[in-house]
Amino acid sequence: MKKFFEKAVRWLLTGSGFITSIVILLIIGFLFTEGAGLFREHVIEEGYVLALNKGNPVKVMTAEEIKAVFDEDMTDWSQLGGPDLPIEIFRLEDADKYFTEQQLGKHYEFADSLISGLVASRPGMIAFIPESMADADAGLSFIEDKTISPREVFAGAEWFPTATPAPLFGMWPLLAGTLWVSLFAILFALPFGISIAVYMAEVAPPKMRGFLKPLIELLNGIPSVVYGFFGLIVIVPILQQVFGLPVGESGLAGSIVLAIMALPTIVTVAEDAMRNCPRSLREASLALGATHWQTIYRVVIPSSMSGIASGVVLGIGRAVGETMAVLMVTGNAAVVPTSILEPLRTIPATIAAELGEAPAGGAHYQSLFLLGVILFFITFMINLCVEFISARNKAKNS
Amino acid sequence: MDSLPIYPSGYDNRKRRTQAVAFGVFRIFSLFIVIVLFAILGFIIYKGAGVISWDFLTKAPSDGMTSGGIFPAIVGTLLLMLGSAIVAFPIGIMSGIYMNEYASKTGWAVKFIRLMTNNLSGVPSIVFGLFGMALFVKYLGFGDSILAGSLTLGLLSLPLVIRTTEEALKDIPDGMREGSLALGATKLQTIWKVVLPMGMPRIITGLILSLGRVSGETAPILFTCAAYFFPQLPASVFDQCMALPYHLYVISTSGTDIEAQQPIAYGTALVLIVIVLVINLLAGRFRKYFENKLKMK
Repeated sequence: MKKFFEKAVRWLLTGSGFITSIVILLIIGFLFTEGAGLFREHVIEEGYVLALNKGNPVKVMTAEEIKAVFDEDMTDWSQLGGPDLPIEIFRLEDADKYFTEQQLGKHYEFADSLISGLVASRPGMIAFIPESMADADAGLSFIEDKTISPREVFAGAEWFPTATPAPLFGMWPLLAGTLWVSLFAILFALPFGISIAVYMAEVAPPKMRGFLKPLIELLNGIPSVVYGFFGLIVIVPILQQVFGLPVGESGLAGSIVLAIMALPTIVTVAEDAMRNCPRSLREASLALGATHWQTIYRVVIPSSMSGIASGVVLGIGRAVGETMAVLMVTGNAAVVPTSILEPLRTIPATIAAELGEAPAGGAHYQSLFLLGVILFFITFMINLCVEFISARNKAKNS
Repeated sequence: MDSLPIYPSGYDNRKRRTQAVAFGVFRIFSLFIVIVLFAILGFIIYKGAGVISWDFLTKAPSDGMTSGGIFPAIVGTLLLMLGSAIVAFPIGIMSGIYMNEYASKTGWAVKFIRLMTNNLSGVPSIVFGLFGMALFVKYLGFGDSILAGSLTLGLLSLPLVIRTTEEALKDIPDGMREGSLALGATKLQTIWKVVLPMGMPRIITGLILSLGRVSGETAPILFTCAAYFFPQLPASVFDQCMALPYHLYVISTSGTDIEAQQPIAYGTALVLIVIVLVINLLAGRFRKYFENKLKMK
């Protein structure tokens, strides 16, 4: 009985040992199934068609072209390889511009044939109408409705997930925004992080270190919304004044907040690494007549380089995945950033801002899960990097 | 040292000057970050202190979030902390025990699990939010609820719990285990009566810190639990709830009258900061207390 109990507990503990692996697998599974669904969705909104006059030879349009046409940025069919005709747009809500209420009927019962007839009679018209309204006999041709292609998503430069008739899911601006903000955050955090780590590990008297260490921990413990709030109330207005910006919410505000947030990670890991530098190395250097500073930057820092690198990489990971603070201070404009002083938008901020409004199961919803997959893989890679660095370090030391 | 003319004259001075400059830079940078921290804390305490009152802490928001208190948000955050603790603590501690006491130190299992645990701790909180929404809210059908939020936050804090447990147990000398086993105790008895009691102080410190982390998380509860306005207290685990970090987010970024909401935002931020401060102090005190106790023995 006792033996059985011991065994049962052993199995229970073994099982719980694998809990994190199970969670990771579940995360991958759920994010993937939802995210991959995006590529089964059609470019044009479900249940709708883009109908053309039969005489129009244009058959294929990309989502970006469709958006340009309906935004009236493209006004001539010749731009799409068609005839030299101006583009006429017809949306369902335009129906009363062409027909009276009587013509359409009380319950829109005549709308199908009227609209189909209208499109058939106008050579330059493109109509965005429900599938059921497109009269097959009226002599229309339709834009081919393909599924969303990975190329449009990963290389596309426009993120308009709620555009009709064809939403755009180009993730490049978001990816670029994320990398851009994180890059600057690390550039700001690096000199501070390393300096503080060196100071705490090498220079500071024990009392000073005992004072700084809890402060750094506290800095790590402050919730990200509080950083975001502070950034919004204090940093954003300051930046707006200093740089004379139209809006203070910018990539720079995001990187400053992120730099403060990534700092504790960098300091803690780098300091640990330097403190673990073997005493004999240090003493050898000092015995050769090197000053304390020379010892630090010729011996201590090089020998703990891998630990410092781990800290920096972890800091990048923290910056890439940070959501709330970035959401609150970067202004959230989904454009490919050209300057750090402009508003931009990161992947986590996009998910946080849009998931609440995206109808579950739709293309928009799925595209946000796909962003989640991308984010997961970026951080996964970053973690593997850290593991690799520390594994190599262990091998070197032993 | 000064009198040994090994180097050309002036070299020593130059060395010393470089060192002074370098150390000066470190001091300034360190000072700077201390200033930043105190600026953040000071600003929020200064602006928020005037808002805090008994009514603010015990009343529900009213007048479209422009007056009233944050009581439901405080309760919500405490409930979520409790819920995530129920989810994460038992299984996390068990996982830590397995890692240190049962699994072979050099085997593939330990390496694999550690890799996975480290990876999980690096997963951004918004990804936990997405995952929690897909699994708990939609797939398992819990809806936006305290249950879904607690489960999501619990999974988020798992790596921290596992790691602290493992580290705490690692430092217990093998002699203690061997002594217990030599007296005829089984492995389980040894863990229960010797290993765990000895590791408890550090495990509890880690648990307290993980609660601190959970109290401030916003992204994971955005889509699994948090309600913009839910003035009555939740009646069951299937209810939504308000939470302090989410409350701070919404009233500082959206709403009908952001100007009028600002004092409430300061107050909310202050309460959040105080929770984090108290938790950090508590963890520190706890650690010191038990360290002294162990030393006295």
